[in-house]
Parts: sequence; C-alpha cells; structure tokens
Amino acid sequence: MTDVVLRTEKLFKSFGALKATNDVSLDLRKGEIHALIGPNGAGKSTLIQQITGHLASDSGTVRLMNEDLSGVGPAERARKGLGRTFQISSLAMEHTVLQNAVLGALGKRGNVMSFFKPVMKDAQLVSAAKAALAQVGLAEFAATRTADLSHGQRRQLEVAVALTLEPKAFLMDEPMAGLGLEGAQQMIALLTKLRKEAPILLIEHDMDAVFALADRISVLVYGEVIATGTPEEIKVNPEIRRAYLGDEVPA
Amino acid sequence: MGWREMTRETLINVAALAVLLAVPLWALMADEPFIITLATRAAIFALAGVGLNLALGSGGLVSLGHAVFFGIGGYAMGILASHAQSYAPIMEAPFLIEGTKSMPMIWLAAMVTSALAALAIGALSLRTSGVYFIMITLAFGQMIYYFAISWPAYGGEDGLSIYVRNEFPRLNTLVPMQFFGLCFAILCLALLLMNAIHKSAFGLALSAARQNETRVLSVGMKPYHLRLVAFVISGAVTGLAGALFADLNRFVSPTMLSWQMSGEIIIFIIIGGVGRLFGPVIGAMIFILLEHTLGGLSEFWHVYLGALLLGIVLFAKGGVIGAFAGREKAHD
Repeated sequence: MTDVVLRTEKLFKSFGALKATNDVSLDLRKGEIHALIGPNGAGKSTLIQQITGHLASDSGTVRLMNEDLSGVGPAERARKGLGRTFQISSLAMEHTVLQNAVLGALGKRGNVMSFFKPVMKDAQLVSAAKAALAQVGLAEFAATRTADLSHGQRRQLEVAVALTLEPKAFLMDEPMAGLGLEGAQQMIALLTKLRKEAPILLIEHDMDAVFALADRISVLVYGEVIATGTPEEIKVNPEIRRAYLGDEVPA
Repeated sequence: MGWREMTRETLINVAALAVLLAVPLWALMADEPFIITLATRAAIFALAGVGLNLALGSGGLVSLGHAVFFGIGGYAMGILASHAQSYAPIMEAPFLIEGTKSMPMIWLAAMVTSALAALAIGALSLRTSGVYFIMITLAFGQMIYYFAISWPAYGGEDGLSIYVRNEFPRLNTLVPMQFFGLCFAILCLALLLMNAIHKSAFGLALSAARQNETRVLSVGMKPYHLRLVAFVISGAVTGLAGALFADLNRFVSPTMLSWQMSGEIIIFIIIGGVGRLFGPVIGAMIFILLEHTLGGLSEFWHVYLGALLLGIVLFAKGGVIGAFAGREKAHD
C-alpha cells in the first residue's frame, strides 16, 4: 500500500439526474500503467477532470502521495505533480514546439513573474525542455511552429510538456486517439518507458494498446467501476465481455 | 525564411521610428511648429497604444475601457498642476499633498493611479471573458466618464486648463521640439520594455494563456493572474500617455475618458497590427496623417478611416506590419 501514488476515494459527480461518477475508488501505484476503459459516455473524461481539479467533485477525495487535494485548483494540482495530456491536443499553437515545452518547464519552476530576462535564453529551462522533446522524439522539430506539426506529433508534444513538469503521476486521456498504426506503436513504446518515471492513469479506446501496456485495468460503466484487475483477469471476466468488450477480444 | 521575416519587420520598425523622428526635425528646419505638435500627438497616441497592446495583443484582452487610464493619467496631470498653479494643497489631512509642476512627479502619479484603477477594474472584469469582458470594461469606462462630467471640482464637463506646460529638469518643455523629444524618448523606453516583456517568461505564459487557457492551467499557472498583471502594466503605460497628452494640450477634459477614445486606441493597434511591437506606433502615425490630411478636406474624414479599417480587417488581419512583414516569427 505504500507505493500508492494517486488514489481516489468514493468520488461522486452528478449532472442533474445523470450520475457521471458513481462511487469511484481506485489507485495508481508506483511504476504501473493503470488503464481506464469503458464505453463512450461511461464517465472516463469526467473522472479525469475531477482528478485534475478542472471539475469539482460532489463528494469524495483525491489524494496525491497521500495528500488530500480537496479545494486545490487545477493549477496547483499540476504544480503538485499531476501531469496531464488531453484527449484533444491542447497546446499553444502559435508558439514553437520548444516554446511549448519551455512553458511546461516554467510551470515546474513555478515563478512566471519574470519580465526582463529572455526566457528562451534561460539555459536551465531550455535544456529541460529539450530533454523532454528528445525523450518523445521531437528534438528535431524544436523550432517548428506547433500549428505545423502533424496530429501524431502534437500528441507526442503533449506528452513532452507533461514530462517537463516532472510529475508524480501522469493522467493521459486517449493519447493514441487519431494516431495511425505506426504512430500508435511509437506511443506505446514511449509510454512503456515512461511508466518508470511516473505511473500513468491511461484512458484509451485502443484495446490492443491497453492490453499491450496496462499492468492493471479498471472498467468504468455508467460512472461506476465494475471491475479492476490484471489484463488477464479482465479478459476472462464474463460480465465485462458482455457489457463492454464484446467478442472481439480473444480470451 | 524565419530570420528574413524578422529582419523585414525590424526594418519596418526602424523605418517607422525614423519617420516619426525625421518629420519634426524637418518641421523644425521649415519652421512648422504645428507639424511638430502633430508628431508629438502621434508619439503620445502610439504610447497609449503600446500600453493597450500588451493587454489586447499579447493577452487577447479586448479592453474597450482603456480611455479610463488615458483619462486618469490626464487628470493626474491636471489636478496636480492646477493645485500647483493656485498654491492650494490637494489635501492637508491626514497628510499634506501639494500640487506639482514637475513632469517626473506627475508621470509617477499618473502611472500609479492608473495602475491602481487597472488593478480594481481588471480584478473584476477578468472574471469574465469575450464579449462580457468588452462590455464590462466599457461599462467601467462610462461610469468614470460620467463621474468626471458631474464632478465640478475639476471643471466637470468643461475640463481643466493649465496655463503653462509642466517642467522637466534642464529642458524648456514649451519649445515644441524639446517636448517632442521627451515624448519620443518615453515611447522608445516603453517599446524596449514591451520587447523585454514579450520575450520574458511572463510574456511567453501570457501569450500562451491567450492561445490556450487550459494548457496554461495544466502546467500549473493561473491565467487570471497573468492577465491581471498584464492589465495593470498596460493601464499604467496608457496612463502615462494620458499625462503627456494633457500636457501637450495643456488641457484635460472628460473627452479623454470617453469610449470613443478607447476605440481610437484600439484602432491604432488594428491599423498597425495586433500584437506587433510597433503596431500601435505605425497605427497612430497613420491615424494622425489621415486626421491631418483628410480632416483638412472633409469634416467626415472618419468615413475614410472606416474604409481603411474595413479593408484591414477583411484583407490584412495582421495590419500594416502583417501585410509587409508576413506572419510574426516565433521568437527564440
């Protein structure tokens, strides 16, 4: 139990009569990739937003390294070590790739109120940013305008920015979305390495990727976690096969 | 490709400053003091625009209330100078504040008061965004405009005249060229400051917040704080321009606080190029040029200004600088 990095306890969130998150308790342990799967509308993105603080929970707590994050805003949660990537790439499109990464490194440093020193000449920030870009394979695109990146490269940049924060836990909302076969394979290779730096809570629709990557899988249906287990356990769980996986997945 | 674009924009910038400096120098030799006054007006308007451009261009905050800061700067000058003129202190209790004719003191007062006003207005307005932000800044502007009209102590609707221009050490500010030089120097300093801010950590974060608020939040920064700081700096610079403008005319009136004034400052920026360092400089120069040449031909010169704006908005979104220098190069 000591290696739990991130934990949600009895999280609830309703939108009117709709229970988007219903009593969700799960944890993310050191060194693992914990995948969150479930049909569309199961409440995966709502849950991520509750964890990052973009959405206030009706009740329940989120703990990072056993610290209660209740009442802590999204900016502080990011500083405390939640590194997030978005379902739809969320980057400063007019900035260069390197500038986006430097922005992350700047967020890590915490002091933005510096008005006179050219930020792109700050060796410490730039080298942290470049290291993150190299790690995701975007080093040669440092000077490219972000809007000119391909879709897959933007996904990689999202991961790089999260890396510059040196987070304690990654929250990744469909990092494979819209990637081709080759792109998805690159991303899988990247995430495999990444889990050693910080555990990843991964939302993903690509079942091949989930079963290739995940150490544990939780299945979310109508806002409720109906099962948590290793990929093998999930694959053979008949209830899950009926509710969600269908017969596509070989047992 | 990148550095060539950069050079072209830099060339345009240098050319703009050179023209702004050359015109009054020529006027001095041709003995045309009125032209020097026009150039001074352009430099002051440019400064007001440089202030707003930090909020509007970098921050994406369309403030339709920047005349408040322009006017507060103007009234800071008017009130301090009028008390110095009449030898009556502004207040005696709890501590003595006397009027002054010293420009540096007046500038300081203008910047501090307009920064405080920007802090108050920004703290409330920045909780909204988009159209609501525009409307709330407009509402604050109108509120203060009508307050100035109905406040009789400093001339109300008629405004406040100052008989002699204020003083700057070692200069005779009544000589048009010397006062122009002062305004031009301040404009250059403001441009240097904005250039530094643009390249700083704060500038990077501010402009990222304009492009993508969620991104900035998720790297642990608060867009609200970034915008508020930008708004305060922006208000202070525009307030300084207001103090200079009042000194140029030796007169301050509620017109400086009107929403039309706010609109004009935005127009400088749009003509020159939103978010471009020298956008407001080129915009203000073109504005003054049109006002002077077309204003002589017809009272309705604003029609032509309108046509120009329409053309820019429709066909050249980057303004004059964008049209000649292309897309802004991301700095590195």
